[in-house]
Amino acid sequence: MNPPRLSATRPAIEVDGISVRYANGVTAIEDASFRLNPASICALVGVNGSGKSTLFKTLMGFIAPAKGAVTIAGETVAAALKSGLVAYVPQSEDVDWNFPVLVEDVVMMGRYGHMGFLRIAGAADRAAVDAALERVGMSALRHRQIGELSGGQKKRVFLARALAQGSQIILLDEPFTGVDARTETAIIDLLRAMRDEGRLILVSTHNLGSIPDFCDHVILFNRTVIAAGPTETTFTEANLIRAFGGVLRHVRIDGSDLHDDADARRVTVLTDDERPLVLYGERDREKVVAPERPKA
Amino acid sequence: MSAFISFFTLPLSHDFMQRGLVVALLVGTICAMLSCYLVLKGWSLMGDAVSHAVLPGIVLAFMTGLPLAVGAFAAGLGCALATGYLQAHSRVREDAVMGIVFSGLFALGLVLFVKVETDQHLNHILFGNMLGVQLGDVAETALIALPAMAFLLARRRDLMLYCFDPAHARAIGLRVGFLHYGLLVLLALTIVASLKAVGIILVIAMLIAPGAIGLIVTRRFGPMMIVAVLAATGSCLLGTLLSFHLDAATGPMIVVVQSLLFALLVVIRQVRLALAAG
Repeated sequence: MNPPRLSATRPAIEVDGISVRYANGVTAIEDASFRLNPASICALVGVNGSGKSTLFKTLMGFIAPAKGAVTIAGETVAAALKSGLVAYVPQSEDVDWNFPVLVEDVVMMGRYGHMGFLRIAGAADRAAVDAALERVGMSALRHRQIGELSGGQKKRVFLARALAQGSQIILLDEPFTGVDARTETAIIDLLRAMRDEGRLILVSTHNLGSIPDFCDHVILFNRTVIAAGPTETTFTEANLIRAFGGVLRHVRIDGSDLHDDADARRVTVLTDDERPLVLYGERDREKVVAPERPKA
Repeated sequence: MSAFISFFTLPLSHDFMQRGLVVALLVGTICAMLSCYLVLKGWSLMGDAVSHAVLPGIVLAFMTGLPLAVGAFAAGLGCALATGYLQAHSRVREDAVMGIVFSGLFALGLVLFVKVETDQHLNHILFGNMLGVQLGDVAETALIALPAMAFLLARRRDLMLYCFDPAHARAIGLRVGFLHYGLLVLLALTIVASLKAVGIILVIAMLIAPGAIGLIVTRRFGPMMIVAVLAATGSCLLGTLLSFHLDAATGPMIVVVQSLLFALLVVIRQVRLALAAG
């Protein structure tokens, strides 16, 4: 029994005026609202301590908001989790890579919610694991212990777990940390294919430069939603500076320093110490230029 | 050959040796199963803490006429819960909080023990008295250990997932709180069941070494648990028999055998790695 597909006419995630407070009195999120549609990839961007991980925890029901409501595919968070709608791909640093589990064991963990009381795998569970491993190209390595993998392979194992789970909403925490550029392209291709099947993928990342490559939507976050919308109109220099304040490295090269002609366009480089975002001005509006990457 | 056979048969011709061995195997098995989770969850110090904290519970139970096991269980679990509460409500790290709570409770236990006249020997509480166990003690140990084993076997995959990736466990709708506190309750119960045989100090070794042995020998959770149980029961058998022939303390002998086994396996692994590297 796999979780239901997302309805195309209903928001996949609807966050309505939530505030989240911790037991020690700190307010992590204040009156945040946004809605995300199925079949899209959305980047969640903000400085460290901006409440991004708290937002993830709220979406997964670890923390109940003090005010406001979260609705997932028209249901409460608890009901959505129970039906396996939401998958979480952890940050590499949060995983104990010495843990005695093989690649196929981790992918099988995606099926636990579909199994009976004793979690004994049936034919459908094994088929789902086989298909997920094949899809991410990890079938040949299925008997490796997880610590014996490269950074990109590790990421793919956890994406396979989300696929085996059949989730329609996938939360990814910093998917490109410790991953080389070629693998990054492969992961992005996989995410795009998953989006095209109707899934919603929410990615928390510092890697500003890769966002225009693969994210349709962006949420700029700093304790509340600073800006949210399509990447093209939302992911702008002005919004980024509002969301990050002085934390970003900011390099600007004016047209007069670039070339000796009347072309006034300038190059702007914004970076949070990961792949930089490069903006190259056009006649009347800023255009986002993603740096070239080697093809897989 | 007959000397080899009598190494086993001579000790086991005594009733007290038979009872001691049964208790040792029960305690060894449940401790080994639990130790796999403790080692993987990074909770080795938790076993240390809960077992020390049991002491005031025993003395208070004696003073109020309750069964000692009930007092011990309540104090052990109380220590684990107090640690969690204090850690959530202060800026001090978990290991420091745990150190304060369990040493405080242990000290309180010692103060009470010296002040109150009991029929217990401090030595037996600390280090166990395996060869002194009565049939009733065997029954009590089995009554706790067997249901605990059944629970661990039935929920082994959920508990393993909880140790590996609690966020995913929660995201697929598992009751993470139940697993967390289930593991703590099981830990307190196991320590209570082990009291008579190995005491509150030596049980710490039984709760760490088998899981550590399983972890260095295998690369998958199921085999890890099997190796842990085999290593623990083997050490219990050998330790008990050796203690008879050498006229040595039984509980400590088991722990010595188990620790030597761990050291030996680490050395073998290092040598094999060095040989493989050429």
